[in-house]
Order: sequence, then C-alpha cells, then structure tokens
Amino acid sequence: MPVATKDVLRLATVGSVDDGKSTLIGRLLVDTRLVADDHLDAVAAASERRGVGDLDLSFVTDGLRAEREQGITIDVAYRYATTPTRKLVIADCPGHVQYTRNMATGSSTADLALVAVDVAAGLKEQTRRHLVIAALLGVRALVVAVNKMDTVEWSRTAYERVVAEVGALAAVLGAAPVVAVPVSALYGDNVVERSARAPWYEGPTVLEALEASDAGAWERSCGARLPVQWVLRQPGGGRTYAGLVSGEALRVGDAVTLLPAGVETSIRSIRYGGRALDEAAVGIAADVELDDETDAGRGDLIATAPLPRVTRELEATVCWFGDEPLELTGRRLRLKHTSRTTPVRVRAIEGLLDVGSLEVADAEALATNEIGFVRLATAEPLVVDDYREDRVTGGFVLVDEASHATVAAGMVGRPPFATARR
Amino acid sequence: MTALAPPATAPGLDHLDALESHALFILREVVAECERPVLLFSGGKDSAVLLHLAAKAFAPQGLPFPVLHVDTGHNFPEVLDFRDRAAARLGARLLVARVQDSIDRGRVADPGALASRNRLQSVTLLDAIAEHGFDAAFGGARRDEDKARAKERVLSFRDEFGQWDPRRQRPELWRLYQGRVNPGEHVRAFPLSDWTELDVWQYVARERLDLPSIYFAHERPVVRRDGMWLAVGEFVQPRDAERVEVREVRFRTVGDATGTGAVLSGARTLEEVVAEVAAATVSERGATRGDDRFSETSMEDRKREGYF
Ligand SMILES: Nc1nc2c(ncn2[C@@H]2O[C@H](COP(=O)(O)OP(=O)(O)O)[C@@H](O)[C@H]2O)c(=O)[nH]1
Ligand SMILES: [Mg+2]
Repeated sequence: MPVATKDVLRLATVGSVDDGKSTLIGRLLVDTRLVADDHLDAVAAASERRGVGDLDLSFVTDGLRAEREQGITIDVAYRYATTPTRKLVIADCPGHVQYTRNMATGSSTADLALVAVDVAAGLKEQTRRHLVIAALLGVRALVVAVNKMDTVEWSRTAYERVVAEVGALAAVLGAAPVVAVPVSALYGDNVVERSARAPWYEGPTVLEALEASDAGAWERSCGARLPVQWVLRQPGGGRTYAGLVSGEALRVGDAVTLLPAGVETSIRSIRYGGRALDEAAVGIAADVELDDETDAGRGDLIATAPLPRVTRELEATVCWFGDEPLELTGRRLRLKHTSRTTPVRVRAIEGLLDVGSLEVADAEALATNEIGFVRLATAEPLVVDDYREDRVTGGFVLVDEASHATVAAGMVGRPPFATARR
Repeated sequence: MTALAPPATAPGLDHLDALESHALFILREVVAECERPVLLFSGGKDSAVLLHLAAKAFAPQGLPFPVLHVDTGHNFPEVLDFRDRAAARLGARLLVARVQDSIDRGRVADPGALASRNRLQSVTLLDAIAEHGFDAAFGGARRDEDKARAKERVLSFRDEFGQWDPRRQRPELWRLYQGRVNPGEHVRAFPLSDWTELDVWQYVARERLDLPSIYFAHERPVVRRDGMWLAVGEFVQPRDAERVEVREVRFRTVGDATGTGAVLSGARTLEEVVAEVAAATVSERGATRGDDRFSETSMEDRKREGYF
C-alpha cells in the first residue's frame, strides 16, 4: 500500500577508475533485491556475451554499449532505491579524468559522496581530485568503501592505512567525519551483508552507513530565497511570482526585499499548484504575491534577511570543462545564475589549484578539467550568496556563446582550504 | 560550524511534493529559455502526468505550448479517446504527426500491416520538430525505465540530425538547466527524470488523475507470444499454434499496439495498482515491450536516432 513518505538521500560515487564504484553500486542494488528480475537476467546475459563471468555487477549501471565494450563508466547513471528507512537517489559517476565534467554533474546534486578506494592501490591522484571537487561542490558527508579487501587477505593494516590517508585529506577539505567500511564489492562483503572475514571490524556495512547518515541536516546561515522564474497573472489583475524556494522556508507576512532593485515589501500570499499555503518549505515550487506593486520579473530574487549581495564583480571558483583553455581573451561567454543569464568577462585568472598539494599557483589559463580562481565581471547585476551559504544563489555555469555548450561550473567565493595555503 | 554548502535534498519535504516541484521548475525554466517548446503526449500515464504538471505550472494561464502526438496508427481506441478528452479539458492545442504520412511520403519504408512502427516514430517526430521549428520538446521519459535513459540529462541536447550522443552530453550542474541551441538543433526536456513507476502511480492516486481505462484490470482476449500477453484485435491476430484466451489483464505501458504486452492483473482501482506496482519484481518495459527484449542496447540505438 502507499509507501509512507521517506527521507531522501542523494549520493554520488566518487573515486578513481577501476577502484570498484560501479561494482559497489551493482552489489548494493542486487543484494538489497532492488534490481528487477528481467534487468538482472539482462546483466547476466550481457556478462556471458562479453565473457566477463556470470554476472558483471558493474553492468547494472554501466548501460551504454561503449561502456560495456570498454569496461568503463563514461557518464553518470542514476538509480533509485528504497530501503526500509530511506529513499536513495544514486548517481554512479565515471572515474576517468576526461569525464570529470560528468562526475561534477553527478556530484552537484548530491548530499553524500560514496568513495571507493582500491585498498591495494591506495589514494590515487584522481581520487584526490574527486574528493576536492566533491568538497568544492559542498558534498559534506563521506562514506569511504575501502574496496578489494579480498586482494590483501583482509589486512587490517592495509585498511587502516587507506582510512588514515582519506581521513587526513577529508579533514583538510572540511568534510564531516569520515565513515569507512572495509568491503569487497565483488564478493559482497560488508556492502549489504556483514562479512565474517574481518572480525576486527565492528562498524556499519555500506548500506547501514548510508541509512544512518545525517547528510540532510544543515544549520541555516542565510535567509529564504526565491529566484523569480515566471510571472503568473491572476484573475482580477494581480500577479504572482513563481520560483523554487531555497535557503529557508518562506512564510506569509515575511518582510522581503526584491533584488537587485532593493524594493522592501512583504509576502501577502503563497500558492502551490493552485492551493494557498501559509509556508513554503525549501524545495517547493511556490508562487507568491507581494504586498506592494513591483515590476518584478524573471531573473529577480525575493529574499529575507540576511540578504544576499548585489554585484557585477564576482570572486569565484571554477571547474573548467571547455575543450579549449579558459583565457582572458578567449571565447565569448555568458553566465547563468539562478534564473538570470548575462554576458560575462573574465577579468583575471587569480590562480590554479593543485589538487595534489592543494596549493594555488599563478596561471594564465585554465586547461580542461582544471580548477581555478577567477574574477568575473557581468553585464547585469547578480544577486549572490557565497556558495557555502546557499548552493542555489552561490552556483552558476558558464556557457559558450557560439556553441551554447556548458563549459564551466562556478561557485561564488573560495574554499578555505585553498586560500589558507596560498 | 557550517563548513560546506547545504544539502541538495530538503529534509522533511514530502517526496511527491519534491518531485512535483522539481518538475514544475523544469517546465517553467524551459518555457522561459526556449523559443518554441512542445509537449510530446502519447496518451500514456507518464505523459498524462506531464500534461497535468504543465497545466499546474502555468495556471491560471493556459498551456504556453502545443501538445504533439506522434501517432503510429496502431492505437488502442481507449488511448485515443483519452488523448482527445485530456487535450480538450485543458484547452490544449493538439497536433498529430502520423507515421502513416511518413510512410506515404516515402520517408520510411512500410514494415507491413501488423509489424511494429515503434522505431519509425523517430523520423515522424523529427520531421514534425523541424516543420514546426520546435527548439524544445518535453517528454515523459523516466530514468528508471531503461539503462540508456538512466544516463540521460534532464535537458538532453539533440544535434541538427536529432541525434543523442551519449559520449558528448552537456554538463548539467545543480538545477541550472541550460537549453539554448543553435538553429536546427533542439533539446528534449524530461521533467519526470527522477520519478519511478511507483512515484507516478502514487502521484496519479494522490491527484486522482484520469487515465485510459486499459491501465486498470479488465477482461480481454489475448494470446501468449514471446513471453507476453498481446491483446487480440485489429493489430494482433493469432498465429498458427496460438490459442486465444480471455484473461483479466491490464497494461503497464502504452505503445504501438502490435508490440505492447498486457500483464495478468486484478488491479481495478488506483490503490490496487499502486500496491501491485510496489510489489512488482519485473520492470515495466521488461513485462510489456517486445522490441526491447531482443537487443541489449535497443533503447540506446533508438535514442541515438532521435527516439523519445
Ligand atoms: N578483487 C576484486 N575486484 C573488484 C572488486 N570490486 C571491483 N572489482 C573489479 O575492479 C574492476 C573495476 O570495477 P568497476 O566497478 O568497473 O570500477 P569503477 O571504474 O570504479 O566503476 C572490475 O574488473 C571489477 O570486477 C573487489 O571487491 N575485489
Ligand atoms: Mg564505474
């Protein structure tokens, strides 16, 4: 019967290619019996046809022809799983450096990173890059699956070495305390079923760690935000402003400021899908009526205190995905931030982040998949918060004017771990 | 300490409200950013939910785009009735692009009277998109349907040949949906990307949505073929050794009537369907779609050609 409402956890797999991310997700879904019978049969048939054993678990998510031929993940696969306590939205991400943009796509909407590390190989450069990107994107919670324990005879020393390495990096990156689990994704140890091979391990299985994570909890530090997407004309002549609420809930009677204009007013009424609400929770696509006449439109922002700032100059962190480098005199770009799109110029490239040392070096350009710090000037004013205060009002993308391709993920502000080492 | 950005998931939000809100957001975003959107409407449950969401997103105004049915000509009459009823109720402008016209004009070869026209629809669809100059097409596809769909962006770019290239998808960060294209190109927009079959049915039950009657258990003559129950009628005739039986069935998906299987079911109410879907161990397409069974990557191959 109607399944009761459950708390949703969005997670992304993170880590270097071949450390076992897809196998881990396949194992998680198969052992919780969340793969449909016909899908499982199809995975078995595809495994046999490609001569990779009875059941290649990575094929549960690696569904493209090229992925199965090459035995790699190229783009993010989304899977949906309901456990007795939680709904999981799983983004299985690729590990290769050339698919970093796809990994960023999968992680940008995640609350938790499920990190796979091959215990025999240790923490690779590419895993460090992914952890840094996940931290930049604001993924605070980490569950580390120390994988392929079968290849080191379940050595506790090897496990603890990896846990220490990841833990040290996570601490520098400002992540929440790491939960680590020794697993063999291939054989199914400690993923869903508890293993007898590591009697020294008393912590949770991967599934238990995901179910217990409090990644949804968050201390609010900014006010309510409603970026106006669309204006709805009501019978009788009134107007309501539609958008997705972020930051904090919005209530009838709240004193709000319409930005960038700076008009102070208050919320007269809130509607959701035609019915009246007293309060619109974060994540609700509400439309609101204001107490004063305004000329608000798409691209404007309705906010409660503490207010975001209005600016045409941004100090920002960018992950560059363009095929050609980001340069001061490079291709023409525009910037999309909330519901506003504006021409943008790169005023300065202020540094390049070395993902290994976390040091910032001078740079003239950012190559594909590099992370750097830039100063941007926009044609129109933007209404922004620091990314660390609000993912919605702090995040933006850069778009190539000629091809309309999305070429960068941008975050307002700089992460503390990088500036500290400059 | 507030170390890093807040979670993407809002705690405490009802999950159907979260899915609905995300879909309303996508609908509004695409309409605001694209010049000529269209909503693809098959008369199936997913497109019925999509149409309902579109009406909600822009109420009290009407739909700011037309609705397009790509008609294989192999229809269940209950679905055509529903299509016309649903469009009329919302005052939607209904366009119909017929695969038969594509056959008559020589755009595609005629596969024969009783053969599936599922794959041919891509040509009819792309021709209609070009003819009307649409730059965005909303579809009801969900990522839980198929392993290739599981890889697709919410806003999915199509080149001037209508092709999906899974190796060159645009990055899609957060909920910053970016749908601009050059002339001749378009995007497909999938507001139900994150919905599962169960979510759709729970939502249909919550909103008490009207659907074609074939989604609910009824008696009908069927034959067993390729492991599926096919409805005997204009488009499916029993072959030599096949025995026609009257069974209590319902449809889990609605497609080309020559290749869409029914499932044995006694679920006659919304609540019974929700319970049945929650307990199902076979996927929706696995139970009902003939053409997805024979090739490992049939959906990917069709999508590359411009399929829904
Ligand atoms: N021995 C062993 N091999 C594993 C384990 N997990 C994954 N593998 C293998 O490692 C390879 C890469 O796995 P895959 O899941 O594709 O890695 P991904 O690139 O991180 O997604 C495959 O050959 C897997 O079978 C494990 O726990 N033990
Ligand atoms: Mg993989």
